[in-house]
Amino acid sequence: MSGTHGDQVDIACRELVEIVTDYLEGALDPAMTATVERHLAVCPHCERYIEQMRETISALGHVPVDTLSEQAKADLVAAFRDFHATDT
Amino acid sequence: MTEEPGLLATERSPGRGVVGEHETELVDRLRAGDADAFAQLVEDWTPSMLRLARTYVSTQASAEEIVQESWLAVIRGLGRFEGRSSLRTWAFRILTNQAKTRGVRESRTVPWSSVVAGERRPTVDPDRFRGPNDRWPGGWTVEGRPTAWQPTPESSAIAGEIRGRLTAALAELPERQRIVVSLRDVHGLSSDEVCEALGITAVNQRVLLHRGRAGLRASLEDYYRDAGTGVMA
Repeated sequence: MSGTHGDQVDIACRELVEIVTDYLEGALDPAMTATVERHLAVCPHCERYIEQMRETISALGHVPVDTLSEQAKADLVAAFRDFHATDT
Repeated sequence: MTEEPGLLATERSPGRGVVGEHETELVDRLRAGDADAFAQLVEDWTPSMLRLARTYVSTQASAEEIVQESWLAVIRGLGRFEGRSSLRTWAFRILTNQAKTRGVRESRTVPWSSVVAGERRPTVDPDRFRGPNDRWPGGWTVEGRPTAWQPTPESSAIAGEIRGRLTAALAELPERQRIVVSLRDVHGLSSDEVCEALGITAVNQRVLLHRGRAGLRASLEDYYRDAGTGVMA
């Protein structure tokens, strides 16, 4: 529900889900941050939505990634050694 | 000198660059020819360098060549590194310069600043919220509200399936969203690092990150819904 209570602004669930990332990034101003947190305190659905967003982000950290072959990496370390071997 | 296992980033914190005192020590070790330190750096930073290089060129093979050339340039240039930026920022700049040059030759550009049609659309289906004349306008409907994810994605029982789902869902994201989410959440680069590496504003980055993450969350929501209804074996 959107509206005001005294001098406090509320935010609707439909709007909150569109600023979740701004919130998690710390990009909201203090007033809006407070508005979001007030809403989360009383809305278990949005709280769940943000928690699922956090879980998604966390799970992304475990997605397999490409890297160079072991040979290519070994070649780079060898190049590093060669470069420094000429220092002596 | 004591060995510090945590000195260099491991596993999923390669994006959290080594800073401060640790970094001064790291640079000293590298300049002194410590090959183990260099090997660990290659291990930790190569995946995100590959992801970044791949942004600029058309093939994985090209990206691999760029990353290898960049590491060689890092080796040669370490003696000149003055520490005005972090080592990681410096190395990534070398990489992006190499990648951009190669990308220009391959005529591949990603239109970062253009807004793709549909990017202003809500990331959650409006049908999941109550209408303006409802007693609670804009609130979740009973059918639309998020349902519990049991077990959680971190549960070892399903972690493998979750990884598979996210890998597939990432591949289906629009390209710019895929790149930003990959660099931020898969590879752990900071917001500043991504903005600098891609040459985009923090606001642009957040828009793409938001849409990408929302899409991936939705794909996990589908996974749990299908599992709950017994569609998945």
